Amino acid sequence: MDISETTRSAFTAILANKMRSFLTILGIVIGVTSVILLISLVVGLQTFITNQIQGLGSNLLFVIPGRLGGARSPGGVQANRLEFSDAVSLRSKLGSEAQVSAVIQRTATLKFGNKTDKGAAVFGVEANYPKIISIKLAEGRFFKESEVQSVRKVAVIGQTVRKNLFGSSQVIGQAVDVAGLKYTVIGISAPRGSTFGIDQDNSIILPFPAAQRQFGINRLNTIYISAKGADNVKPVQEKAVKVLKKRLTEDDFTIQSQEQTLSTISQITSVLTLALGGVAAISLIVGGIGIMNIMLVTVAERTREIGLRKALGARPKDIRSQFLIEAVVLSGLGGIIGIILGIIISFIIGRFFTTTVPLWSVALSFGFSMLVGIIFGVTPAIRAAKLDPIQALRYE
Amino acid sequence: MSLVKLSKINKTYQSGEVTFQALKNINLEVKKGEFIAIIGASGSGKSTLMNIIGLLDHPTDGLYELDSQNVSFLKEDSKAKLRNQKIGFVFQSFNLLPRTSALENVALPLIYAGVSKAERLLKAKEALKQVGLAEKSQSHPNQLSGGQQQRVAIARALVIQPDIFLADEPTGNLDTKSGEEIMRIFEQLHKEGKTIIMITHEMGIAKHAKRIIRLKDGEII
Repeated sequence: MDISETTRSAFTAILANKMRSFLTILGIVIGVTSVILLISLVVGLQTFITNQIQGLGSNLLFVIPGRLGGARSPGGVQANRLEFSDAVSLRSKLGSEAQVSAVIQRTATLKFGNKTDKGAAVFGVEANYPKIISIKLAEGRFFKESEVQSVRKVAVIGQTVRKNLFGSSQVIGQAVDVAGLKYTVIGISAPRGSTFGIDQDNSIILPFPAAQRQFGINRLNTIYISAKGADNVKPVQEKAVKVLKKRLTEDDFTIQSQEQTLSTISQITSVLTLALGGVAAISLIVGGIGIMNIMLVTVAERTREIGLRKALGARPKDIRSQFLIEAVVLSGLGGIIGIILGIIISFIIGRFFTTTVPLWSVALSFGFSMLVGIIFGVTPAIRAAKLDPIQALRYE
Repeated sequence: MSLVKLSKINKTYQSGEVTFQALKNINLEVKKGEFIAIIGASGSGKSTLMNIIGLLDHPTDGLYELDSQNVSFLKEDSKAKLRNQKIGFVFQSFNLLPRTSALENVALPLIYAGVSKAERLLKAKEALKQVGLAEKSQSHPNQLSGGQQQRVAIARALVIQPDIFLADEPTGNLDTKSGEEIMRIFEQLHKEGKTIIMITHEMGIAKHAKRIIRLKDGEII
């Protein structure tokens, strides 16, 4: 029989009981909305982190203390054995194949006049740092090799530091107090935003030896390596492992490339997607039960109609498809409303977090809602198809 | 040439230990173009007989030939197809679909015949004209009087050009005046050569038919 005709009469039947139909599909609407929303948040998060990591620079390798994924957690029970000499030997062995910079990191309170900036991230890096990490300067310049070697007290500050300490007044050439010692500001970095709620702009970059001396640290937080060319990343990584193993054991350090970091993150986010999506899918199943319930009621209410249709020549399979289509139209309608609602809410949330509604999540949730309609519509439809026309016509 | 031929039809219902014989050894022939009435009190088996003739039910034993074809024990889908092509039902309680226009109600059986939408509506319009309700084609059943609803139902039977009209107490829910109108339509259909089998318990209505069959306790008397 005519599918479009059946679909049209399904809409007529659904619209005849607007309130009931609305309440019936509410479960599906909520389920689909949450699927769309959760996926958009997780994918948005993944996109954001990916952009952040890719934005760091290209062909990067990170040497961090401790063994990642090993028996002991990095920086946990085991001591950090990464030293400046390791960065030096990496630099001399890798030569022109890569740029290497040792990095130390602390937090400190910054002061200027009577203003303070608490919890700023203080980085101690080498002069070639801008060749490794893409760092944009809004004003001024980065420090030179000679300034690093002569342990000059100069600094490049982030936008938050500038705002908290200087307001809108002239910054370059001023001396900022970093945990008791004064550094001359020579540059201001461009805004970078925040990751995981950590303000990337509340930071100050100092020459490595100056920072090392001030904080009295011998251990490194990271050694950044930037290989020349994408093809060089793997050889450089292998070579770096060999170089570091001369002094350290394999439990003392981990070298991760940008790609490895990205794949670790995408692993985490896909587990997150699966878990959150699973929770949302449960509400779709609950919605399906609601549809099944109301379809059973509908079949009972329309027993006479079923009897009549059979008397007029409807075969059992015609009746079956009629009620199945009605269930699928109900759940599909819920799916569409849910998708629209999900996109709207994710758009609103998008003003505070990064959200992305990928096409596959729309297709997935719509497909799933239709599937729920089929699965939970089959039983009532079969029941309708099995009705005896004589009994059904007599039904009051 | 007989259109309906029932030979030694029996129908028994079994309910636990109790068996009830609804029809006993029914022999009946209806020729093409006949207008017959089957009359009997309630419980006489006339509804069972109509259900068997209408292919909604099958006999326990016996032979039913419709248009020279043995249809006693057909499968569900084949029975549905024959009902759709050969039998025009008219029920006591009209059985129109609510929230559906008269035109679409009339077109309903054609959906199951696989007729295209344009042709369905054309044929339905024609059938409504025949029962004198062309101007009510967009009205819904709740906007029509009982007599008008039954005329829509007759148009619905008419639209498939059936071999037999099967009318089950067609005036049972109507006042005398509307009932007379309905009977005039059946008489008109009879004049046009249509075959009509009508079930009733009212002698006054049965008299419109040319032949009256009396049923009592499942037997023709």
